[in-house]
Amino acid sequence: MALEIIETCVNCWACEPLCPSSAIYEARPHFRIDAAKCTECDGDYAEAQCAGICPIEGAILDAKGLAVNPPGSLTGIPPERMQAVMAEIRAR
Amino acid sequence: MQEKDIANTAGGGCSQGSCGSNAEQMSHLPDAVREKVFNHPCYSEEAHHHYARMHVAVAPACNIQCHYCNRKYDCANESRPGVVSELLTPEQAEKKVLAVAANIPQMTVLGVAGPGDPLANPERTLATFRGLAEKAPDIKLCLSTNGLALPDHVDEIAALNVDHVTITINCVDPEVGAKIYPWIFWNNRRVRGVKAAQILIERQQKGLEMLVERGVLVKVNSVMIPGVNDEHLKEVSRIVKAKGAFLHNVMPLIAEPEHGTFYGVMGQRSPSQAELQALQDECAGDMNMMRHCRQCRADAVGLLGEDRGDEFTLDKIDQMEIDYAAAMAKRKAVHQAIEADRDAQRAAKARAAAGETLVPITALKRSAPKPAVAEQTRPVLMAVATAGQGVVNQHFGHAKEFLVYEASPAGVRFIGVRKADNYCEGGDTCGDGETKWDDILKALAGCEVMLCSRIGIGPWETLEQHGIRPDNEHAMEPIEDAVAAVYREMQQRGKLDDPAHSMPVSA
Ligand code: SF4
Ligand code: SF4
Repeated sequence: MALEIIETCVNCWACEPLCPSSAIYEARPHFRIDAAKCTECDGDYAEAQCAGICPIEGAILDAKGLAVNPPGSLTGIPPERMQAVMAEIRAR
Repeated sequence: MQEKDIANTAGGGCSQGSCGSNAEQMSHLPDAVREKVFNHPCYSEEAHHHYARMHVAVAPACNIQCHYCNRKYDCANESRPGVVSELLTPEQAEKKVLAVAANIPQMTVLGVAGPGDPLANPERTLATFRGLAEKAPDIKLCLSTNGLALPDHVDEIAALNVDHVTITINCVDPEVGAKIYPWIFWNNRRVRGVKAAQILIERQQKGLEMLVERGVLVKVNSVMIPGVNDEHLKEVSRIVKAKGAFLHNVMPLIAEPEHGTFYGVMGQRSPSQAELQALQDECAGDMNMMRHCRQCRADAVGLLGEDRGDEFTLDKIDQMEIDYAAAMAKRKAVHQAIEADRDAQRAAKARAAAGETLVPITALKRSAPKPAVAEQTRPVLMAVATAGQGVVNQHFGHAKEFLVYEASPAGVRFIGVRKADNYCEGGDTCGDGETKWDDILKALAGCEVMLCSRIGIGPWETLEQHGIRPDNEHAMEPIEDAVAAVYREMQQRGKLDDPAHSMPVSA
């Protein structure tokens, strides 16, 4: 059982110092979680610390491969609204 | 971020009681505070013409989310951490600061402001400060924070002689806060809504009180968000002032859909220049307002409004040999020359105010007899293109921002800085050509005159078509004298009897 950081990570360093298992490390092009070390914070915290502070929706996946912070969950922007606005900007 | 001999300057830089930090406003501050801020370019409207500041991007992480921030992009107030801004280690930051200080002796202030929250990265920020406090004691240190982690670090901040801390406080009411902050990370959890705002507000207020108790100077920044906290900021201003913040800086929200921020995407509008000015006036009272703030990037280097960061990239710094002892001696000489220059400018002003010289408008100042005709003439806003030193010395085409002054029979007062490059450095979503003119005209809204050192024929005509009269006849003159001279010309030519013919201040 482990979480995974994917390419949308912006390398902000917020998660790294919080990990109770020292599973997170700086890497290129983005931070990574050592799956062998990650405990999902079980026994240490009620909430996975990396996913709790990460500001980027979708950057951290759970063991099933699902975004811990799905679109809209952190910014409060409804995903449909985001898509509509982005489409409008591209059409300019 | 803000003047020596402040108390003895007759009228200071501005002749009315509500601008950046003029003589009257600084006079309520204890001597020790004034000593701290007199050569701080961000805190003193007058000093910012002479001194420079720099920021180093050592603090990438953040512990809260604000609706005006998008952690993915490098735009407006923030930089994409570790990607666009050159994220520095404390050692690299120290070397960069020493290199800049040796090459730009006017640099007196080092700030850590991000790109995240400096105190969400306390080790990196404090290590940078520790190194510099030891190696470059002539550089002032300051930091900006959202305040969440502030109470935990106040003692070390005070011990490190960090004399300026900026706290961004957008509200004192959690209900308002919940519309600005979607979440905070607190006690190992992501906390949302009113609860999150309540914790953040308590921590900000506690941090403010603790800093003031320890004699650390506190400035408060607020982002004006129309319909969300605009009215509320008047209360914020009263409270932070009562608690001892020495300056309150109200900045406009910057929100465009392409920034990808909550406010940008949801269509929250930014305030107009007129709304911002009105709120700044209202919040001012006898409190210092900071109208020359440029909302610098986290890794900005240079005089306010300019960025020389490209000259000090890591690979370039690596090639530099820095003898800081020699640099410090040179810096001292440069600072003395600047002070002599400022003293001379102030003395000239004082003489003018006393009616000894022919500096215009000063004849109209309250201490001097006022010509009857002057009593009735209306105030006029004028924009000035300047590259520093407090004089009209910039080509219109090079101006990325304008300083706006109001001239009236009461004198000349500084109103604020207006950016004309619309916060973007380029890229597909950022305009050029026509959009650039849009930005310039927006920045010049309400101004009837634009003073610069030089200007091309085409731009001259465009400005005239929009009711803004370009003026390059006061090149290299001190700004306030030039503005006063233009105002007097307008008075003499009867231009002030008519109502303003310029385009109205945009809503
Ligand atoms: S879930 Fe917990 S243990 Fe796993 S990487 Fe994130 S912070 Fe570390
Ligand atoms: S907090 Fe998120 S964005 Fe920041 S480094 Fe960790 S995974 Fe990447």
